Amino acid sequence: MSLVFYISSFIAILSTIMVITRYQPIHALLYLVVSFLALAVTFLSLGAPFAAALQVIVYAGAIVVLFIFVVMMLNLGKQTAQQEKEWLQLRAWLGPSILSLVLLAEMAVLLLQDAPEAMPATVVTPKQVSLSLYGEYIIAVELVGFLLMTGIVGAAHIGKHKKKSLHRFLQTYPNLN
Amino acid sequence: MISHLRTMWLVFRHLFQKKVTVQYPEEKVPLYPRWRGRIVLTKDPDGGERCVGCYLCAAACPVDCIALQATENEEGRRYPEFFRINFSRCIFCGYCEEACPTYAIQLIPDFEMAEYNRQDLVYEKEDLLIDSQGKYPGYNFYNVAGLDAGVKEKGKGEDEETPVDIKSLLP
Amino acid sequence: MTVMQHIWIVLGVLFVFLNIAAGLIWVERRLLALWQDRLGPNRAGPLGLFIVLADTLKLFFKEDWIPPFADKWVFILAPAIVVASVLMGIAIIPFAPGIVVADLNVGLMFFLAMSSLGVYSIVLGGWASNNKYSLLGALRGASQMIAYEVFMGLSLMGVVMLSKSFNLTDIVNAQKGLWFVVTQPIGFVVFFIAGLAETHRLPFDIPEAESELIAGFHSEYSGMKFGMFFIGEYLGISLISAMTATLFFGGWLGPAFLPPVVWFFLKTFLFIGLFILLRASLPRPRYDQLMGYGWKLLLPLVLLNLLVTGAIALWLRS
Repeated sequence: MSLVFYISSFIAILSTIMVITRYQPIHALLYLVVSFLALAVTFLSLGAPFAAALQVIVYAGAIVVLFIFVVMMLNLGKQTAQQEKEWLQLRAWLGPSILSLVLLAEMAVLLLQDAPEAMPATVVTPKQVSLSLYGEYIIAVELVGFLLMTGIVGAAHIGKHKKKSLHRFLQTYPNLN
Repeated sequence: MISHLRTMWLVFRHLFQKKVTVQYPEEKVPLYPRWRGRIVLTKDPDGGERCVGCYLCAAACPVDCIALQATENEEGRRYPEFFRINFSRCIFCGYCEEACPTYAIQLIPDFEMAEYNRQDLVYEKEDLLIDSQGKYPGYNFYNVAGLDAGVKEKGKGEDEETPVDIKSLLP
Repeated sequence: MTVMQHIWIVLGVLFVFLNIAAGLIWVERRLLALWQDRLGPNRAGPLGLFIVLADTLKLFFKEDWIPPFADKWVFILAPAIVVASVLMGIAIIPFAPGIVVADLNVGLMFFLAMSSLGVYSIVLGGWASNNKYSLLGALRGASQMIAYEVFMGLSLMGVVMLSKSFNLTDIVNAQKGLWFVVTQPIGFVVFFIAGLAETHRLPFDIPEAESELIAGFHSEYSGMKFGMFFIGEYLGISLISAMTATLFFGGWLGPAFLPPVVWFFLKTFLFIGLFILLRASLPRPRYDQLMGYGWKLLLPLVLLNLLVTGAIALWLRS
């Protein structure tokens, strides 16, 4: 099982790097999908099938589609790719990557100090997930519910038509709408 | 929602209705006598060609698919030397049939004239001429015309007066 | 179960479903014709069955053209995604006791995940074609499928509540007494409508809308790439029909005079017929009508269904 874990984590890291380095936004988002799928397999190998399924449904199936949707609507052409290319120069990414390399080194040191533990292989069933969500973490779930509600209200407000006027074809029969 | 379900039910009932498809090559389409199909040249009851080469059909044709050349035999009867219809242009409008003063050119209920070679769609006189009187049996143009072309003598037709003797002084 | 048996099951399921998908070419054309008082294809072979062969051969020998303005790799990837995601979804369907490719604990979630991945084929296909109509089709398809995924998932939660499991074999076994279509009629109707939208079949075919968008997202596709979209659509119909039969109509359960597999396929074909009947009878809604119908009617309905189901389940337990 740990081999599956390492392979999928490696794919996740690789595809995330590809997300950053692609010039064409849609290609970057495709690598993001691959990264999320790899993450789902990682969850699965750690014994969390429910989290894996949710990862695919919510992130890969809905959120990235919305990203692609927006990118498609923006109609980004060759200029954007050129712009991205100019942004991705050595002096732009050198600083952040050195800082993250330091963090990586620290993590490696910390991980290698202790004796490596065996991978936890207990399977978390959907029942356990829901019991803990609606038991221990009920406050968090409700707060998230509030947050989503405000989001929906805001979206409804933004999306509301300012002017109540029908299309001229529909004006004769207002109940058609 | 109810109307959607009703629509679905009505469409479903069509499963048991009689189909309108005609399985063509085995089962023929019903064609009626006045159906406008292949163009033919018909003949008199006594076997002579009806066509007198007046060019009215060629003039009436909106797509100019009829070509002919009139000529005359020793009896003074006109007939086409050649008569050519290009069926790759013909639109089967039937104007030629309407224009024809002698009922010679007729459209008959037959449409099975497909060819692999476009050139084969140009019909010559021998392809067009049929040994039949078509829709007007018993009709002969020269029986009602004033001309003597070997069918009847002058003045011998139905309702035809004898010709005026221009050399007589009597009325 | 030995490994060999498992391989046989996988190959068998693959063979059966690909053949059903191909055979649906004939079934659909024949049924549509019958409902329009015609006869349909009946020349090639017995009852016109060889039209499947002719169509497939035609698709194989057509020129497989990639437009020069298209994004080549994404263009190639898109038709593969639709077939792959639907075939993955088929893997969790139990055909008979013990005959299932992957008897997953989270089977239903896996099905929803795979059907949500299917949206990429439309979005990427439409985008990569670099064509206005395709892009419009892709935009419509993306929003339609994301919206109807919500109702599809929610409509199934009532079934999960009653059977207390995400595993499809358990769900079928929980229907031994009473089929879930009796206890979950709203869930069934909403699931079927969402399934129609998910497979973008008529009347919800607005991503391809031949009269408005000239085939929408697959305008630029030809040859076997178009064939993949075609097969993917038919596989999607089979998948949704099989899932409807499994979740609401007792899957393989039925009187003992027929073997379970036969019952399963009988029910599946009934729903495939219903799909085609809907295509034959209903007109395509406008885009805003589709969205309004989903969010303003189906969502409240399915939430209410969930609430009532949960309340009754709790009441029965206490």
